[in-house]
Amino acid sequence: MQLEVTRESGDLTAALIGELDHHAAADLRQRIDTAVLSCRPRRLIMNLERLTFMDSSGIGLIMGRYRLMVSLGGEVRVAGATPRMERMIRLAGLDKLPIWEERKSEHETHQ
Amino acid sequence: MKPINEMKVTFLSRSANEGFARAAVAAFAAQLDPAVDELADLRTAVSEAVTNAIVHAYPDQLGTVVLTVKLFENGKIQVQVKDKGRGIPDVKKAMEPLYTTGGEERSGLGFSVMESFTDRVRVRSTVGKGTTVTMEKYIAPRVKGRI
Repeated sequence: MQLEVTRESGDLTAALIGELDHHAAADLRQRIDTAVLSCRPRRLIMNLERLTFMDSSGIGLIMGRYRLMVSLGGEVRVAGATPRMERMIRLAGLDKLPIWEERKSEHETHQ
Repeated sequence: MKPINEMKVTFLSRSANEGFARAAVAAFAAQLDPAVDELADLRTAVSEAVTNAIVHAYPDQLGTVVLTVKLFENGKIQVQVKDKGRGIPDVKKAMEPLYTTGGEERSGLGFSVMESFTDRVRVRSTVGKGTTVTMEKYIAPRVKGRI
């Protein structure tokens, strides 16, 4: 499981690469949190585009990072989710949280 | 109905085997010529069941997980994940969406995902004896014949 972290203005982007399951989640969690705590971004963008697999461990990872960012006064955005990932995000009720990169911009354009 | 093919693997409850288990099921199920999405659904459901066994059945020790896959003529795939771990005291409660005893980094979605991504999920559990999760998924017939 690979992680690419990039920083641009107030955003920290964590691009997840490979298969995200329970086995990979603990190490990933630690690496993302270390990056977040060292540079204190306004937004953490979790990019799922290059994941070849994700189960509900990925949802746990998103929920945990959401809690961390909210506790730091920041936000989380999720980008690049496949329909299968979106189904799991909906099962968790996370679609009610303001974590959608695309949906938010669509919403903003319609206002 | 008798299965047309069957396989069984036993492995230790190490988290590294989560990937092995879903790859093994996917490779075996490929005989039924499933669509990419059907296979991805199956891989996800298997990952959830095996992770449950690894995280919850054997929380403080290593144990064995037995994975059995049966393929049927009508396109049905039956996957059974069996452990001899501590068991689930209240299966109904454990299957409620978002219920978890796995700490705050677990989403509590395992059974919901299994139910959503397969056609049938059955759970048998005895405290102190273990848990068996049986999932069934039907692969839609395709234009070409199978096997």
